[in-house]
Amino acid sequence: MARIKLDGLKKTYPGNVQAVKGIDLDVADGEFVVLVGPSGCGKSTLLRMVAGLETISEGTLHIGERVVNTLEPAERDIAMVFQNYALYPHMTVYNNLAYGLKNRGFKADEIERRVGEAAGMLEIEAFLTRKPRQLSGGQRQRVAMGRALVREPAAFLFDEPLSNLDAKLRVQMRVEIKQLQRRLKTTSLYVTHDQLEAMTLGDRLVVLNDGLIEQVGTPMEIYSRPASTFVATFIGSPAMNLMPRAYLEARDDGHSFSGVLDDLPPGTDIVGMRPDDMLLHAPDEPHLVVEATLELFEAAGAESHLYVRMEGSDQPTVIRTSGQPPVDEGDVLRFHVPRTALHPFNEASGKRMQ
Amino acid sequence: MQTKRMTFPGRWLPYALLGPQVIVTLIFFIWPAGQALYQSLLREDAFGLSSNFVGLANFTRLFSDGSYLNSLSVTAVFAIGTTLLSMSAALLLAVTVNRMLRSRNAYTTLLVWPYAIAPAIAGVLWWFIFNPAIGIVPYALEMVGYRWNHRTSGGDAMLLVVIAAAWKQIAYNFLFFLAGLQSIPQSLIEAAAIDGASPTKRFWTIVFPLLTPTTFFLMVVNIVYAMFDTFGVIHATTQGGPAQATNTLVYKVYADGFVGLNLGASAAQSVILMVIVVVLTFVQFRFIERRVNY
Repeated sequence: MARIKLDGLKKTYPGNVQAVKGIDLDVADGEFVVLVGPSGCGKSTLLRMVAGLETISEGTLHIGERVVNTLEPAERDIAMVFQNYALYPHMTVYNNLAYGLKNRGFKADEIERRVGEAAGMLEIEAFLTRKPRQLSGGQRQRVAMGRALVREPAAFLFDEPLSNLDAKLRVQMRVEIKQLQRRLKTTSLYVTHDQLEAMTLGDRLVVLNDGLIEQVGTPMEIYSRPASTFVATFIGSPAMNLMPRAYLEARDDGHSFSGVLDDLPPGTDIVGMRPDDMLLHAPDEPHLVVEATLELFEAAGAESHLYVRMEGSDQPTVIRTSGQPPVDEGDVLRFHVPRTALHPFNEASGKRMQ
Repeated sequence: MQTKRMTFPGRWLPYALLGPQVIVTLIFFIWPAGQALYQSLLREDAFGLSSNFVGLANFTRLFSDGSYLNSLSVTAVFAIGTTLLSMSAALLLAVTVNRMLRSRNAYTTLLVWPYAIAPAIAGVLWWFIFNPAIGIVPYALEMVGYRWNHRTSGGDAMLLVVIAAAWKQIAYNFLFFLAGLQSIPQSLIEAAAIDGASPTKRFWTIVFPLLTPTTFFLMVVNIVYAMFDTFGVIHATTQGGPAQATNTLVYKVYADGFVGLNLGASAAQSVILMVIVVVLTFVQFRFIERRVNY
């Protein structure tokens, strides 16, 4: 149990390549924080710096009360789950779990108790005598988790642990990781590039881009008030549609917009609209109206995706509706976007206005 | 896995393609091996004018011959010494080079060079280095109070041939160990580091066990090398001396057959060597390749 505090962490590789450009982050005791961003944003490097697998070029890192900048990984009291699980292939599952305890000089009966407990929690008791290669992907994932939790460390670090699993198992393990973390209340840092995984797992998300933090907040804060166009298009699927304000103003015929655009904060020249906020039927509240030609219709069961092209614009736009509306490809449709669903951004800075 | 097979019409193409290999094998292996087998059952008179069939007498004589039994134990010491020395030195070098990032390729290239040197030249090189009169090593040893002379001391001579034979083989072992080390995922080492294992402990509990397939393969290869491929090294340094101290089985085949002109005994010895090769190969394929996996 510990808090993790990052102050101005930087990572500079030889040749002056900066992977992490100054990160401040405070992870509370027992909190589940997800680092999310596209590949190459520095999220894995940051996690490995916390683990002690990469040196810290600048800044300080606290785990608990200690500054751990120069401590070996083993001395930081953390456990890590790797993307490829990193199970020791020549050891049985039991020995994989016991290895860290043996190295730390635990007594045999204590090792047995802890391994038994962890195996019970993860339902892997039946495989304890097997070697990793005799296990399926999901079972290996559990063993990797078990190896982290037998040590009862101050913090768990997860490095994209679910990306080697198939879609169904991934959802199942995601739920299990969340439940396990709730039960153990161990501080966790979790790295992923999958925004859905990030949204569903984290108490808080840290959206990283190019070595810097774009936004920190609860999943819903980030979803409903993205701080930049980067966050707006990265979180949420399908991605948010961004329209130039000038384009929308040119469509304003004086009455259908009823001054909606005038309410936007000063400096707004990009307007973001979530695909599910573009409605086929007019709501009661003030709203925008835009016309667009349906180019492709995608039925996905409970919801449908409409790929449309707005009149006089070459930007493809996605709209999500529930069910299956009676539309055909080639139709010209009218969409209604409530005033409250508009996200104001500034084009030059990429930042949210308001 | 089902793979699509290419087939060619014509009956002669496969024979033509196989031909060169078969001819080489016949001329350079099957024929001499057959000759050796045949010769091992004969005894020639002193002038090489006639020979008569003696059955297995050459073999029974060998095993009651003190110098042959001595050669067996010399070979055992030589093979084990060479294998241990070349493998441990190669592993040490491979582990060290594997830690390098930028200079790795440069070191690898340099370390592989000795393998390209002919055994006889390597032997001469060591002959100079260890020469009791002009060599640098005896000179250095003299300063710490050791009188090196492999011409009179059997121990010194054995050490010399072991070092000379091992040195050449280090390059080969190094390449295999380096490849083996690089096939171990870095995340395993990192996981072990987080699991609280010191670098030494990581090596012995994770890296070394994962290298066992490589280690066993190299062990067989090195034993075979030490027993059969070191004629040049011994011929250039000690010629089997002093007092038979470095007279390995392979060298003795040559010494008895071409110097001593006892063709029957020499042929019998090479038949025994062939049997040993067959056994070692069998061990490698049947026993080791199956048991050493994880």
